[in-house]
Amino acid sequence: MRVVVDLNRCQSYGQCVFAAPEVFRFQGAESLEYDHVPDAGSDQAVERAALACPAQAILLGRSAEAGVVSQAVAAEMR
Amino acid sequence: MTPRRIVIVGASLAGLRTADSLRANGFTGELVLIGDEPHEPYDRPPLSKAVLAGRTGTDRLFLPSAQDLNARRLLGVAATGLDLAAGEVRLADDRRIGFDRLVIATGSRSRPWPVPGEAALRGVHLLRGREDADRIRADLTAGPRRVLVIGGGFTGSEVASSCHDLDIPVTVALRGAAPMASALGEAVGTAIGARQRAHGIDLRVRTTVTALHGDAEGRLRRVWLSDGDELEVDVAVVALGSVANTEWLAGCGLAADPRGVECDAAGRAMGLDCAVVPDVYVAGDVARWRHPHFDAEPQALQHWGNAVDQAEVAAHNLTHRHQRPATALPAFWSDQFGLNVKSVGLPHLADQVVLTQGSFERGPFVAAYGRGGITVGAVAVNSPRVLDGYAALITERAPFPPAINATDSPADATVLSAGSNSAESSGPALTTVHGGQS
Repeated sequence: MRVVVDLNRCQSYGQCVFAAPEVFRFQGAESLEYDHVPDAGSDQAVERAALACPAQAILLGRSAEAGVVSQAVAAEMR
Repeated sequence: MTPRRIVIVGASLAGLRTADSLRANGFTGELVLIGDEPHEPYDRPPLSKAVLAGRTGTDRLFLPSAQDLNARRLLGVAATGLDLAAGEVRLADDRRIGFDRLVIATGSRSRPWPVPGEAALRGVHLLRGREDADRIRADLTAGPRRVLVIGGGFTGSEVASSCHDLDIPVTVALRGAAPMASALGEAVGTAIGARQRAHGIDLRVRTTVTALHGDAEGRLRRVWLSDGDELEVDVAVVALGSVANTEWLAGCGLAADPRGVECDAAGRAMGLDCAVVPDVYVAGDVARWRHPHFDAEPQALQHWGNAVDQAEVAAHNLTHRHQRPATALPAFWSDQFGLNVKSVGLPHLADQVVLTQGSFERGPFVAAYGRGGITVGAVAVNSPRVLDGYAALITERAPFPPAINATDSPADATVLSAGSNSAESSGPALTTVHGGQS
């Protein structure tokens, strides 16, 4: 699993931090930081985080090489 | 009509997103991704922040792609030439790669310190790629007496913030009147600079570095500043802006120079005669173009969001007859000293700026930027959820100063000179507009 957040789109609602606290965190009041390459055990939590984002700012994929992790999640990204 | 092989030169954000979007647009032909760095595409914004502060590592920044790229990847080899007539890219290892369509996404690099002997001292760094970040991080963990940041733009300010996170004393020397003034103007730059100083940063405006001195082992030890001061410093980070990677295009017939490759809003490269060159597109930091919404000179918008937007436009136009211009409003962010700074529009074009919400002195604030009586930009500090409304004002070319009337809007809006391009001016000129929000 790989993650990138469009931090222009992100409005720091923090839903991802609730859904996957081991991957997403705030550094300061409004600055989101996250692990771009989370451990495999976090995959489900990260997919929930992407779906929960009110700004739809979280893009998931596997590697630049491999395909989509979840078509449903990728469809949400459009 | 449909190209068989598309070659993308540049394998960072713009190149990767172009490839990703080409597949999303249904392109089934051959895709070749060429990059001079040996790594898979990775995300650069964390380098100056989470990486330097030790919250993540450079081996954990790989970028995802949503599509199966099925691309041939030539990484760790630079493009050295372009033959438009033959439709070939020349590589450093003498290979030639033919193309039906080409995307130029070679980005930019840090402007080097101008004195080569000083730039070669151990402890003197640029910050662009992951190796740079690893070297700086190693020097920061060695316990330097003080770090000197040369330049007060976004990169310099973020490096200073990361040093502060690590409790390392920092001096920032910048030529202008305030940090980030060329992007945000003097008033907002001064407000953020005051907050940097409140964190203990030794911020020296209108100050240049006159000499870097090393010891017998060639290690940086001491620096001289134009204000006459002399500091004991073990690490210096040179953050003086960037230069477009266009040398490989010399003589190929494209309008390319150290400012970038000229292209139109659809991303189509332009030749020396200012005519569109068929089948060649440009995306990301290296693209120099005129955003259709703003009355401004062609310019490179060297931000993460611009790379994504232009990549998507180029991919669309490579796969469709109808050529769509890039129209998304420019946007960028910076995180430093516990402040989330977000910008929309083009604040640097402004001649005037006004505080529309909050306070420059403390807490969150928002400033709107105007040019010729039209709202052209907005900057929000620790207030990321209000910017969509400002983006709408910029899109509709709302009169400046705009009517905001938020609960935290100041009673009197003082319109200030933006001062973006006035580093030499003695201070912002004031005009008080009573009830300026309406």
